Amino acid sequence: MTAWMIVKALIYILLAPLIGGMLSGLDRVVSARMQGRQGPPVFQPFYDVNKLLHKQTTVVNSIQVLFVTVYLIFTIFTGTLFFAGGDMLLVFFALSMSEVMLVLAAFSTNGPYSIMGAQRELLQMMCYEPMTLLVAIGFYYANGSFMVDDLIRTQVPAIVQIPGFFIGFVFILIIKLRKSPFDLSTSHHMHQEMVKGLTTDLSGSNLALVEIAEWYDVVLMLGIVGMFFITANPISRIWAIISCAVVFFLCTLIDNLFPRVKYKTMLIVTWSVILVFAGTNLLILNVLK
Amino acid sequence: MNISKSPWVLHYDGSSCNGCDIEVLATMTPLYDVERFGIINTGNPKHADVLLLTGGINAQTAPVVRQLYNMMPDPKVVVACGICACDGGIFKECYNILGGADKVVPVDVYVPGCAVRPEALIEGVVKAVGILEEKRKKLKESMKAGYCTVDYSKIAIHMTADDYDPSTQYDAVLTEEALRQQAEEKIKATAKPAPKPVNAAAPKAAMASAAPAAQPKAADNNVKGENG
Repeated sequence: MTAWMIVKALIYILLAPLIGGMLSGLDRVVSARMQGRQGPPVFQPFYDVNKLLHKQTTVVNSIQVLFVTVYLIFTIFTGTLFFAGGDMLLVFFALSMSEVMLVLAAFSTNGPYSIMGAQRELLQMMCYEPMTLLVAIGFYYANGSFMVDDLIRTQVPAIVQIPGFFIGFVFILIIKLRKSPFDLSTSHHMHQEMVKGLTTDLSGSNLALVEIAEWYDVVLMLGIVGMFFITANPISRIWAIISCAVVFFLCTLIDNLFPRVKYKTMLIVTWSVILVFAGTNLLILNVLK
Repeated sequence: MNISKSPWVLHYDGSSCNGCDIEVLATMTPLYDVERFGIINTGNPKHADVLLLTGGINAQTAPVVRQLYNMMPDPKVVVACGICACDGGIFKECYNILGGADKVVPVDVYVPGCAVRPEALIEGVVKAVGILEEKRKKLKESMKAGYCTVDYSKIAIHMTADDYDPSTQYDAVLTEEALRQQAEEKIKATAKPAPKPVNAAAPKAAMASAAPAAQPKAADNNVKGENG
C-alpha cells in the first residue's frame, strides 16, 4: 500500500507541472479567443519559464531565494500529500504554509509594490482560508474521514451531501487561481496599479519557481474539485475530469467578464457566499445526522 | 526551445507626443495581437527582456531610463520606437532634449516613423529578439569566464572580456552630473546664436571629463533602484 502511495506521489510530482502548464496555456488561449485575438501557443507558459530560467536572476536579498524555494517545496508537498491519499486537514494547513512563504518572500524585498501585494495576499488568504477548512470539515461530515484515500471509496459522490461546500469552493477558486475580480495581489493583466504585486521584485529563476509552484497549485485545486465527484465507481472519475474542465472554463470566463473589485467588496462577497452556501449546508448536515 | 519565444516588453515614454505610445498599445489589440509571438507588455523592468523607448530623452527622464535599463536582468535589448527616440526628431532643437535614446542607454534596434507604424514596431521587436538570442549566448560565455555577476552597475556592458573597458561604460560615462552639464551646454548654445559644431562637440567633451569620477555615482543610483 505504501509503495502504491509513493508511486502516486511520484506521478503527481512528474505530471502536475506538465498538466498545470498546459492548463495555464489553455487559459491564455481561451482568454485571447474570448477577446477576439489569436492568442499565444498552448505551450507558451513553458517557453516563458524556460526563458526565465535562462535569464539573469537579480536578487534583492538572499533570504528571498530561500522563501521562494520553500514556497515551491511546500506547494509540491501539499499536492503530493493530497494525491498520495493523505490527510485533508494537513493538506490545507501545508497549503496555507506555502502561501505564507510567498508572502514572506514579497515582504522581505522591502519594495513598495511587493509589500502592497503581500498585504493584499494576506487579505486574500483571510477570504479563502475559512472555506478551505470548511471543505475538509464538509468531507468529514459527508463521509466520516479526513483521509483522501477513504473519501474516494464512498458509494455516493460527496457533492450530493455537500453541494453548498462545492459552490463555496469554486468561488474561492477564483481567488486561489488569481482570476480577475479578486486578482488583488498579483495583477496579471497588463498595466495595473500594482505592477506585478507579489512577484514585482522576483526575476529570472525565482519567478520561474513561482510559476512552476502555481502550476502545481492549479492541479491540486482541480484535484479537490474532482474529489466532490469521485466514488468507488471508476466511471465517476470521468465525471470528476469533466467537472474540473467546466470549473476551469468558468474561472477563465469570469476572469474575462469582470473588472477587479476592492478588497472590502472581496471580503464581504466571499464571506457572504461562504456563510450562505457552506454555512447552510453545514447546518442542514448537522440537523440530518 | 529558446529564449526568443517569450520576449516580455517594458514600454517607457521619454518625452513624446504620445503618438508612438498609442501605436505601441495598438500592437496589443486584436488586429495586431503580438501575444501570438509570446510578447507580453509587462510594467515591470525586472521581468522585461525588451525595453521599448518612445520619444526623445530629456534631462528629467534620462536618469529614469538609465535606471529602468539597469534594473532589467541580462540579456536585454533596447528598441528605440519612432524618430524622436532614434535621434530626437522634431523636438531635437528644444533646450531640454538631450537627443535620442542612445544618449542614455545602448540602443540595439532603431525603428523610425512619426508615428511609428505597428507593423514596423513588430518587425523591430522581432529583430530585437534575434539580438536577444545572440546576447544570451554571449552572456553564457561571460558567465563561464566569471565576468558577469549580479552586480547591477556592471551587467550593462561588459558581457565578454573584450567588451570590458571602463571608459566606454554607459553607466560610468553618463552620471546625472554629466547629463546636467550636457543640458546646460545646450541651453547656453541655444541662448546665443552660436555655430552648430560647438553644439555637437560639447556632449562628448562633457562625457570624457565626467568619466573617471563617475563610478561611485553609478553605484549610488543602483542602491536607489533596489528600493524602488
